Amino acid sequence: MPTISEILMTMDYGPAPEDASIAHDWLARHGARFGHFIAGTLTSPHTTFATINPATSVELAQVSAGSAADVDAAVEAARAAQPKWAALSGHQRARHLYALARHVQQHARLLSVLETLDNGKPIRESRDIDIPLVIRHFYHHAGWAEVLADEFPAATPLGVCAQVIPWNFPLLMLAWKVAPALAAGNTVVLKPAEYTPLTALAFAQIAHEAGLPEGVLNIVTGDGETGALLTGHAGVDKVAFTGSTEVGRLIRKQIAGSGKALTLELGGKSPFIVFADADLDAAVEGVVDAIWFNGGQVCCAGSRLLVAEAVAPRFTALLKARLGKLVTGDPLDKSVDLGAIVHPVQLERITSLVDQGVAEGAVLTQGAAPEGCFFAPTLAENVDPASILATTEIFGPVATLTTFRTPADALVLANATNYGLAASIWSENISLALDMAAKVKAGVVWINATNLFDAAAGFGGMRESGFGREGGREGMVAYLAMPSPKAGKAETPPAACDPLPGDTAPGAKGGIDRTAKLYIAGKQTRPDSGYSYAVQGPKGAIGLAPLGNRKDIRNAVEAAHKAFGWGKATGHNRAQVLYYFAENLEARAEEFVARLTAMGLGKSARSEVDTAVQRAFWYAAQADKFDGHVHSTQANHVTLAMHEPMGVIAISCPDRSPLLGFVSLVLPAIATGNAVVVTPSQSHPLIACDLVQVMETSDIPAGVINIVTGPRDDLARVLADHDDVAAQWYFGTAQSCADVEARSAGNLKQTWVEVAGLRDFSSSAGYGKGFLHRATQVKNIWVPYGI
Amino acid sequence: MSHDFPRNPGQPLDTSAFERQQINLRATERRAAQIATRRSVKKNYQAAWLVNAIKVIDLTTLAGDDTAARVRRLCAKARQPLAPHILQGLGIAPVTTGAVCVYPTMVPHAVDALAGTGIPVASVATGFPAGLMPLPLRLEEIRWAVAQGAAEIDIVITREHVLGGNWQALYDEVAAMRAACGNAHLKAILATGDLQTLSNVYAASMVAMQAGADFIKTSTGKEGVNATLPVSLTMVRALRDYRDATGQMVGFKPAGGLKTAKDAIVWQSLMKEEMGAPWLAPDLFRIGASSLLGDIERQLEHHVTGRYAAAHRHAVA
Repeated sequence: MPTISEILMTMDYGPAPEDASIAHDWLARHGARFGHFIAGTLTSPHTTFATINPATSVELAQVSAGSAADVDAAVEAARAAQPKWAALSGHQRARHLYALARHVQQHARLLSVLETLDNGKPIRESRDIDIPLVIRHFYHHAGWAEVLADEFPAATPLGVCAQVIPWNFPLLMLAWKVAPALAAGNTVVLKPAEYTPLTALAFAQIAHEAGLPEGVLNIVTGDGETGALLTGHAGVDKVAFTGSTEVGRLIRKQIAGSGKALTLELGGKSPFIVFADADLDAAVEGVVDAIWFNGGQVCCAGSRLLVAEAVAPRFTALLKARLGKLVTGDPLDKSVDLGAIVHPVQLERITSLVDQGVAEGAVLTQGAAPEGCFFAPTLAENVDPASILATTEIFGPVATLTTFRTPADALVLANATNYGLAASIWSENISLALDMAAKVKAGVVWINATNLFDAAAGFGGMRESGFGREGGREGMVAYLAMPSPKAGKAETPPAACDPLPGDTAPGAKGGIDRTAKLYIAGKQTRPDSGYSYAVQGPKGAIGLAPLGNRKDIRNAVEAAHKAFGWGKATGHNRAQVLYYFAENLEARAEEFVARLTAMGLGKSARSEVDTAVQRAFWYAAQADKFDGHVHSTQANHVTLAMHEPMGVIAISCPDRSPLLGFVSLVLPAIATGNAVVVTPSQSHPLIACDLVQVMETSDIPAGVINIVTGPRDDLARVLADHDDVAAQWYFGTAQSCADVEARSAGNLKQTWVEVAGLRDFSSSAGYGKGFLHRATQVKNIWVPYGI
Repeated sequence: MSHDFPRNPGQPLDTSAFERQQINLRATERRAAQIATRRSVKKNYQAAWLVNAIKVIDLTTLAGDDTAARVRRLCAKARQPLAPHILQGLGIAPVTTGAVCVYPTMVPHAVDALAGTGIPVASVATGFPAGLMPLPLRLEEIRWAVAQGAAEIDIVITREHVLGGNWQALYDEVAAMRAACGNAHLKAILATGDLQTLSNVYAASMVAMQAGADFIKTSTGKEGVNATLPVSLTMVRALRDYRDATGQMVGFKPAGGLKTAKDAIVWQSLMKEEMGAPWLAPDLFRIGASSLLGDIERQLEHHVTGRYAAAHRHAVA
């Protein structure tokens, strides 16, 4: 070590290593070999693989590759423990979660050091960010367990949860998954990432120490194969996954039609928007906390810097100066800003992407990094929008910088991505910042800040960044089952649409012939196919309905997108329209009763019409009441949880209850500001065509409701394959439920599929807040304030 | 004060240098909080950083009961801030504090007590601490203190000029004070606790530098809130922006509220991270403090002996 006199000449920081000996003692205590944690005990190690310290390439321990038998055992243990765990009072579960929080707090430094050893992240981050957030998460969810029955009356746990987590925040992701699941009364089988299994195993031991009942939490280690065994396991009721969009798609397809609940928290390419009136120094530090945090291995990292032309030169100069000060090196050193990349495989991926970017013309500014599994903080300029660096999630410390001219320009650039996880907006103009926050496609928006997390706020994405939220009230919803509508029998599938001319239709007997049409963009239009199909009543044909095809769907989706103004209308405006719809429907009630009777639905016709009117009133009432929350997160921050419409929702109606099924599904969607493309009852489509006249007289804007009649399941497949549909609600056959879910993986649209007939739309299961939740996604907007 | 760079000659008043500057409080606080956690110094490095801190302390007494004897005692401590056995244990040559800072009437006593040491005497002036005296009297006070041998003058600004956005008046005042200082260096105390907002702090910093301040200084020590990290960060960024725009180097002096060895390290880390190593030397960085030195001395004794030290075993200031 240099002498003090020598140091006085340089004023260097020198090494400041964290002592890792206690973490190594813990590994040694276990012989550096681990089995799984199943039913409260660590199993014997078998078929092990190494987990390494990426900073040194030295093996830390051997862990077991979970086999089918291991997964079976873990799911069985979770299943066995679940009823008793769910039967505990909320207060009793709260005591357990509180104990977990306390014990993690008491072992905080061991967990921090172990995390840094296994993952390579700087000890500053694991010590100051990861582990404190873990503790906060368990405290917060101890609270949810305590008040669950009060806050979510009638909700029940889902059962056994399969949870697969990534390597970038190993213990924090465990906490985000385990805490809400346990609070809600579920039991868990969790698979930590192959690269970073150690803190999960240490946590299991700590949970045991804290007295968590056997089987409530099970940990099975392994790679993607083990993960697939777990997510696909028949004994699992809910799958929660955080990781790459690619694997998210595989899981979506794997469990399609299984009835398992699913939440996905996937990749991102989040915009980081700096306006001319931003505090530029603050924004520069924001970049440090965004893409140079955890080596850029952060799903919500602000990786696309979008900077106003007016300040781009100064911002870039400041950013480069700051980049030059960053220290990359031994993650156990307390003076290090960037640690090791988690694994040589990831380093190779980053290196290869950056090389491709350079080949495409990117100009790099890089800091220094030592030899080994390290990557220097990097700023890439001269990156075209189509460049691999601008479009691909790199998961490394690489930011791209692009300039924009106007706020509108910035918005286009920000939203030009398949993803929608997070956004960071820098401006001292509250009007501008909130306007951008409202328009950017992201589940989390930070104004004048970045990467803020709190257990009380929901986190999760839109588009191909996944669905479902973790944290806060909205996060609890992801682990609760709403009362299940197992009232009726599954419908018989409708008869195939027959386009051939057939029996005499009623119009042919002297009245004026009526032509039912599709309803697209506020216009009644003929089907692209030029065909119609016969609609049967109890006594033969009662008319012809247009035979919609994929081009009609294409047109309808385009029309729905053009109706985006509906989502910006006030709740009051939308309520007025829905009330007017009810008024006009009621005025023509007799006609609709007669029409339903002609269709052979005489018995329920009157109540179906009456209930439809009532539904319109109920959703009109909710239109300006189903609002969000202000979450209690950090001091001096307003955290707004806004309910945003999904956008365009595709709806396939059940065959029975042709009026009420249609109205019960369409109204909650449009009450919350969505536009819909609906396939009405395949067997009884004419009632929807009649309803068009009511819609037209009720000031429903063009494109908000689009109706395409025809073969429900074929049309549903086209919709499921459509990349510009945000959500799909399908009521039909079990086979098509699976099909829709599998195809939805393409753009990861949110799906709600049910076998038609099970839900009785005339009962209390036919409406409610559950419908509104399906129609909206929560956007959390963080607004720090202070002068 | 020895410089290897030219004194800041000042610039014409240019309000565009600060009027559009945006400062976000919470973001500034976040960065400020990370200064202490992103960098750490241990062992010999920690000792060296504490020794360096001594070299930049303006050892200060600014109390109504100051006497010639009290000032002489303070000067003795400034000449020999570390006990010989600590110096020996650290293996370093003797060090002194950066300066001694006193009220004007105490200047002659301090000059006397520091004769031959090379330690400059700094005097507060201009109606310290409120500054609400007629300008001619304030300028005369500067001239008097300089005549008594003060090499550095810590002036206070008229807060009303900042709160009212009267930048020309502020500029003219500081420029006149700078002229009155002659060869003595001018440290402009902004009294940031009174200015309240970081935007005010930034603007006042910029005007003071444009008017020719050699240093900008946070506080008199008498405001409700004295040197804080967010305020310091804002001022340091102002002097960085001033340097970037004019090429002139200006020093920074946090004062009031720095009491522990840990504080001394954190503020040095701020300077090194935001400005670089030159801003750790006494010609560009000072810490205004009275009790800080005692804590540093205790920490350094611990470094040397491995035993935790007691304040009463060290020479009092």
